[in-house]
Amino acid sequence: MRKAFVETLTELAARDPRILLLTADLGYLALEPFAEAYPGRFFNVGVAEQNMVGLATGLAEAGFIPFVYSINPFAVLRPYEFIRNGPIQHRLPVRIVGVGGGLEYGTNGLSHYGLEDVAVMRVQPGITVIAPADAGQTRSAVAASWNLPGPVYYRIGKDDKAIVPGLEGRFELGKVQCLREGSDLLVIAMGGIATEAAAAVDELAARGVSCSLGIVAHVSPAPVDELAGLLARHPAALTVEAHYRVGGVGSLVAEVIAERGLRCQLVRCGVASLHNGITGSQRYLHDLYGLSVEKLVETALRTLSQTKP
Amino acid sequence: MTESAAKQIRRVILEQSKRAHVGHIGSALSVADIIAALYDGVLRVSEPKDPERDRFVLAKGHAMLAVYAALFLKGWLSKEDLNTYCGDGTMLGVHPEYGLRGVDFASGSLGQGLSMAAGAALAARLQQSPRRAFALLSDAECNEGSVWEAVMFAAHQRLSNLIAIVDLNGQQALGYTEEVLSLSPMAARWRAFGWDVHEVDGHNVAALQTTLAGLDTAGGPPHVLIARTTFGKGVSYMEGQIKWHYWPMSDAEYRQAMQEVEALP
Repeated sequence: MRKAFVETLTELAARDPRILLLTADLGYLALEPFAEAYPGRFFNVGVAEQNMVGLATGLAEAGFIPFVYSINPFAVLRPYEFIRNGPIQHRLPVRIVGVGGGLEYGTNGLSHYGLEDVAVMRVQPGITVIAPADAGQTRSAVAASWNLPGPVYYRIGKDDKAIVPGLEGRFELGKVQCLREGSDLLVIAMGGIATEAAAAVDELAARGVSCSLGIVAHVSPAPVDELAGLLARHPAALTVEAHYRVGGVGSLVAEVIAERGLRCQLVRCGVASLHNGITGSQRYLHDLYGLSVEKLVETALRTLSQTKP
Repeated sequence: MTESAAKQIRRVILEQSKRAHVGHIGSALSVADIIAALYDGVLRVSEPKDPERDRFVLAKGHAMLAVYAALFLKGWLSKEDLNTYCGDGTMLGVHPEYGLRGVDFASGSLGQGLSMAAGAALAARLQQSPRRAFALLSDAECNEGSVWEAVMFAAHQRLSNLIAIVDLNGQQALGYTEEVLSLSPMAARWRAFGWDVHEVDGHNVAALQTTLAGLDTAGGPPHVLIARTTFGKGVSYMEGQIKWHYWPMSDAEYRQAMQEVEALP
């Protein structure tokens, strides 16, 4: 997704001189296409994320569209109050790009994981939150949202190879992308983990479970009506996100179910809490936290066996 | 003319603080002369929405009443609106909110304003505009690490169109800066970071304006005025007193404060 993001941004920058790219000294072997094409519009501000967001606020007030880039928690959590008091309060088109949501930084450990980014961004009114599922969707999501009038948060994965079968890069603002239609279970996925969710849905289908699959890439403002329509047609829903269970897409779906008074059993798959000090590959961690294909299938089957018809 | 602007600003600070029964009086009085200097001849602002105006960030947002006073004197804020200060439904809170005419950037959380001003200065450079960006910081605000992130960036980029003013009154909310977290030597610290540093009397409007007029904003390093000030300046019983960071005035205190301000030149 990261490569797709930078390529798309570089293409857009050719069309619109307002686009700038700021990094807090991260993005080796990623940001070079933009930096080389537009050296006067690329700023490595040093390891100083708070200042980076403050700068972007000042730049945006003067008419620029600054993209600020760092690894997920450094882009979101370190300068969070600057984001709140800056682009959000001033309603300015700053774009926060947090790379590597979820457990993508594997052995780098907790400091590098993005497990609460969607939660803390989603609570802020006025910021668009976008979490693409794969590289193709990253391209279309950035193309559809770069010019929005207010701030945008992009949760961009590092993986440029994984593809969500059937998604074919589709993205529409305010829409859920529905990739499978079934009747037993609705699976709703956010971010790069959608690849695992899609594989789990296929495995469930092979075992005779009729599943729907919805990809929520535009997380906020939430596609509430569309989610409600999907949820109303299924007896059970499984949300899948490489994020803490609280605050992300699982919480969003719970809000919709509760506020619309729907009869749909919800199971939220995500990280409940971290095993202190334990790291490993992303694949290992996904399995540890119940997000591997196998674990998702197990959870789905268990959920269905417990759901009252 | 300028002296009278500072005096008028002080009068408004006292009137509105008393009417609304709120504090932060000492902080606003501390910057009254700096605000007078800026708004009476330094800031190039033909009208508050002109894209080519100089930008100003009151990084120490808790002194905003001094700026409301200046906006009122400029005619950008009506008396009617000024009289809503700290009332229900007002746009004029203690700290500046974005959306009020004449406010370029909201503030209230210390340590954020200089970054925004640096962004405004960088924007002007990228747009090849002669406009400048000003930020007024408190001395204790420099406790915030993020201030020094912006200081480093501005020096590295040689943002000569960025002008910081530090209101060096030596006080913060709970004590004197030298007792809470020493900032000395303030001027040497900014100089060591690569800024063009000027130490000035923060209550001498003419000296402030002369210094500001002499800055080369078309090349070289960013500029900072270390403005030596007295907290609560102009009201004898507030000067140098910690309690006037938060305290509102009684009727008797208000009468005395107004008498002293009216006696100023």
